[in-house]
Parts: sequence; structure tokens; C-alpha cells
Amino acid sequence: MCLAVPGKILSITGTDELRLARVSFGGTVKEVSLVYTPEARVGEYVMVHVGFAISTVDEDEAAQVFEYLRQMGEVGELERLK
Amino acid sequence: MKFVSEYRDPVAAREFAAAIHKITTRPWTLMEVCGGQTHAIVKFGIDELLPQGVTLLHGPGCPVCVTPIELVDKAVQIGSRPDVIFCSFGDMLRVPGTQHDLFQVKATGGDVRIVYSPLDALKLAAQNPQKQVVFFAVGFETTAPANAMAVHQAKRQNVENFSILVSHVLVPPAIGAILSSPENRVQAFLAAGHVCTVVGFEEYFAIAEKYRVPIVVTGFEPLDILQGVYLAIKQLEEGRAEVENQYSRSVRRQGNRPAQELVTQVFRVIPRKWRGVGEIPQSGLGLAPEYATYDAELRFGVAAYTAEEDAECISGLVLRGVKKPQECAAFASRCTPEHPLGATMVSNEGACAAYYQYRRRELKQKPPVVEAH
Repeated sequence: MCLAVPGKILSITGTDELRLARVSFGGTVKEVSLVYTPEARVGEYVMVHVGFAISTVDEDEAAQVFEYLRQMGEVGELERLK
Repeated sequence: MKFVSEYRDPVAAREFAAAIHKITTRPWTLMEVCGGQTHAIVKFGIDELLPQGVTLLHGPGCPVCVTPIELVDKAVQIGSRPDVIFCSFGDMLRVPGTQHDLFQVKATGGDVRIVYSPLDALKLAAQNPQKQVVFFAVGFETTAPANAMAVHQAKRQNVENFSILVSHVLVPPAIGAILSSPENRVQAFLAAGHVCTVVGFEEYFAIAEKYRVPIVVTGFEPLDILQGVYLAIKQLEEGRAEVENQYSRSVRRQGNRPAQELVTQVFRVIPRKWRGVGEIPQSGLGLAPEYATYDAELRFGVAAYTAEEDAECISGLVLRGVKKPQECAAFASRCTPEHPLGATMVSNEGACAAYYQYRRRELKQKPPVVEAH
């Protein structure tokens, strides 16, 4: 129900409450309201829920899951060397 | 798909699972309060990767499941009227009311339509001025901004034949209700990532402190959930009870301010009945007085109607984490997704429906697991 899917903004039209984007979800394109993400720009990814973008995806933060895993691996290596 | 497939990498998942095994020294019980996470946990078998003593309980995280039976009855009553086009998300149509569901209304000639967004229902209202168009506004905090915008635009555009039947619930009061119950077993929570995308996570600091419980805002892909579990267990093992944000690619501490502002303008926080749980104070949203004219309950005179649910269903115990789906005598026999007895079997995000879809063969081979408390 609270499913939100990441998609890439292809183009933007309109302003304020009627600010709309064409968003590609792995090739499937849908019209999405950007009323709640005024900062979103063409080329960025947004999380889309029932036709509304509810956030822009932070690309740096998106890597943190893998960065965390890498750091855990390094800590493990260090412990083994002790 | 970018931002989806990389979080399903099996090698990284095994590494996270190994890390969880390494830090776990005792049994721990965690709960997620999001049907999307429940579905992912059971579908990808994430719970089966965890140490034996670590239990994931599936809380009241599916708004379709917790919509009270009387609201389904009201939807059936309104949807059966010849002057109404009744619009809903698809998963509400199968939810049983006292006697009928919305699919039966459709089968017997009612104009019931599945829409993707509440704005689609608003468009239908503008295109069909001779009809009353009603949208079944079900959801958690994630969906409230979309529904608020539909009502706001209806008012601005003077679309008078549009109204919504509101069944909006809020997550933090449900977490509070679970934690303050004497039968509570939950020691840490995975908070729902998309709810927090909208409302942020500042509200959770007081809950973490009051109940001494770790809360980790968590995403929906397997690696997100495994990292969420890792962070929660690490806190438990170290005796900490803090709020952490695993899902930082979407969730900011303050959430989405423009969305919150419109929700606050259109809705008011009110007590709500949760199917299987009962009434929880200040746990839902209803339309603010300025928007009362768009309230379908008032427009069609059904506000006073009440109904009680089936007595055999133990979904309340499942939703509070007291029982697992397979501990119910009716599971997969008298209660199935085609003929659900109650809350947790009705939507595919409900815990019983997820266990039915992915686990019923293995559960039938084994006797029900009775867990040590």
C-alpha cells in the first residue's frame, strides 16, 4: 500500500500545483505530480507513490548501504589481524 | 531498475546476514509496521537468513487490513447507489464487509472502478457532472498528501460532485499502543521508510526514549531490511535505544514539508478504529471542518453506522505480534485470500496472506511453531 517506486524524470511541464513530470520506471513512462518535490529536476530520480513524487533520491546516500558493508568487512579484516 | 536491483544482490545479502549472526548473542524480537516490508521479508525469505533466536513480528502495517469492517460496509452502501461512481485502489475491492465486498457490488451492477491515483477519481468527477464520484481514501501517512491534494483541488476547481470516504491511519500511535500493552514482546522496531519519507522521524525520538526501544527507519528492498535488522540488533546488543535512519536515500529527518503542510490544512487528527485492534486515540485522520462538504460519510448519511467483526479471526493478536499466522486454526482452511475471515488475510500485504502465498506448503508439513516467550 505504501509502495513507492523510483523513477527517472524525463521532462517537466507546468508550475506549482500543476507541476507535472514524465517519469520513466525502467522504460515504462507515467505522468507524475511534482507538487511535493519542487526541488526535483530533469535527470533526477524521484520516489513515486500513487501518482505523486514524495522525495528525490539522494544518490550519495543511496551508496551508504554498500559503503557500510565495505566498512564492516574492513573492521572484520582488522580484527582478524590482531 | 536503478535503485531497486542493486539492493537485491544475493552476495551482499549473505554478507549482511553473516554480520547479523556475528553480533547476535541472545534472542531478540523485532517488529516491522509496514505491509510492504512484511511482504518482502516473507517473499525473499529474509527471516530465514537470521539467527534462530531472532524473531520478526509483523505489525499493523497494512492500511487495507486495518480498515474497520464498518467502513467497508459504508463503501458497499455508497457504491451500490445508482447515482454513484465509486473509485478505489484495487486491493480494497476484495476486503469483506459484514455481508458483501466491493467486487460483489460491481458484479451486481454497481459502478465501482479501480484507480491508480485519487486525482484520477477527481478527473472522473469533472467528466461526469451528473454522477456523484466517491474515492475510498485508505492509507497511512504516505498516501495522505495525495488524498489531501485531490480534495484541495476539488475545492479550488469547484468540483462539487466529488467526495472521499476517509480511512486514514497513523503509524506512531499504533506503535505506542503495542508498546504500552502488557502482552508486548517487541524489543525493537523497523519504522516504515515511505511513511517517514512524508512525515520524517522526529516523532520517534520520544517513543524510543519512553519505552527504551531502538527504532530504525528502514527501506523495502532485501538489503535495506537486512541492514535495518543489523542496526536494530546492534543497538539491542549494546544496550542502546536510539532512532537511526537506514533509508537515507529517501528519508530526511523533517520529512516532506510541503506534503505535511497540505495534510495539516485538509485533515485533522482524530481517534480511529483499527480492524482487529479496536479504537486507538488520535490514531487517524478525518477531514477538517472547512472540507467537511467533501466527506462522503456526511454526504450520504452513513456516519452513524457501526458493525462488529468475525469472532473467530485472531488478526488482532497477529497485528499486535502476540501470534503468528500459522498458530490460527482457521489459517489456510476456513480462511484463505479468496475467502478471508479478517484483516490480515485480506490484502496481499497482510501477514496471513503473505504466509499463505509463500509459506503454506512448508507450514502444512511442520506442526505449528510455538515460540518460547
